[in-house]
Amino acid sequence: MTVNDLLLNENFSAITLPEGDRDISDVYIGDLLSWVMGRAKADDAWITIMSNVNILAVASLADTACIILAEGVTVDEEIMTTAAQKGINILTTELSIFEAAVAINDML
Amino acid sequence: MKKYFYDLHIHSCLSPCGDDEATPASIAGIGKLNGLDIMALTDHNTTKNCPAFFKAAKAYGIIPVAGMELTTSEDIHMVCLFKTLDDAVAFDKALDSYRIPILNRPEIFGRQLIMDEDDNVIGEVDNVLSFATNLSFDEAPTLVESFGGICYPAHIDRPSNSVIAVLGAFPPNSNFTCAELHLKEKVTDYAVMAQLTEDKLVFSSDAHQLLDIKEAEDYIMLPDDSENAVENLFKFLKDTL
Repeated sequence: MTVNDLLLNENFSAITLPEGDRDISDVYIGDLLSWVMGRAKADDAWITIMSNVNILAVASLADTACIILAEGVTVDEEIMTTAAQKGINILTTELSIFEAAVAINDML
Repeated sequence: MKKYFYDLHIHSCLSPCGDDEATPASIAGIGKLNGLDIMALTDHNTTKNCPAFFKAAKAYGIIPVAGMELTTSEDIHMVCLFKTLDDAVAFDKALDSYRIPILNRPEIFGRQLIMDEDDNVIGEVDNVLSFATNLSFDEAPTLVESFGGICYPAHIDRPSNSVIAVLGAFPPNSNFTCAELHLKEKVTDYAVMAQLTEDKLVFSSDAHQLLDIKEAEDYIMLPDDSENAVENLFKFLKDTL
């Protein structure tokens, strides 16, 4: 499944989508970035509620397929611009972290 | 210039996790015994014991600084210091609109005692003070500065509630002129991470009981002028001395 495919589920919407054809192979969940850095894997859909700009660095480092901001969390304009420049997909959803993970699991 | 021995991160009995024996007057008294010159009271998300601390500290000849240890929305601890007691009290009031009201459970978290300078309990805070506020790591310094204060990351070398633990690193847009270290190990490494020179890393106790308040060990070189010591301390912390 690609990030574009996930967006067919109306619970998810794109904040930035520079690389919609990235494959999603697994899900990682975490908000403590020092923890996520060493554990999220390439092509993971990373679900978090953290909206600090450092999520971009972590997503780059781990090469995740996309960041998914759960619980309706959004990011400011500056982060959107940087994400688009760095080729980082950011999605948002009103679903809880658990519900988002279950929804992705059903589509994998 | 003169050596000013300091401890800029101390909790009193108002912090839920603070020892009930750590009254503002006792904290000032221990500071005097330990040979400190400047002490800041920094309870979790509150300055309500600062008025008593100011009176007690002045009586002991200690230079008091009013402050708090702010918990940001990301659960990062930040030391916030203010030039005057009034500024600190005003910030405390402004923080009310960012608080997340959750009733304290003293049997689990501890009591939150407001004291006067003579060790009398004059109040108790009902909502738990140490939990996260709705103020973000990015917003906090600006808000604190609008009250004439300074806000810098606390114990950046600790595995919990530190900017590095929560955000993985100092964000690229951060612009701090100082930061607090808990231990003196890896000072060079943390200076690089914080993008600061080593002399702008301050070492405070984060004391939650009287025994943990610092001895006269770490000092800041300031002009020999007690009247303006707080003003000069701020210049040092803001890198404008």
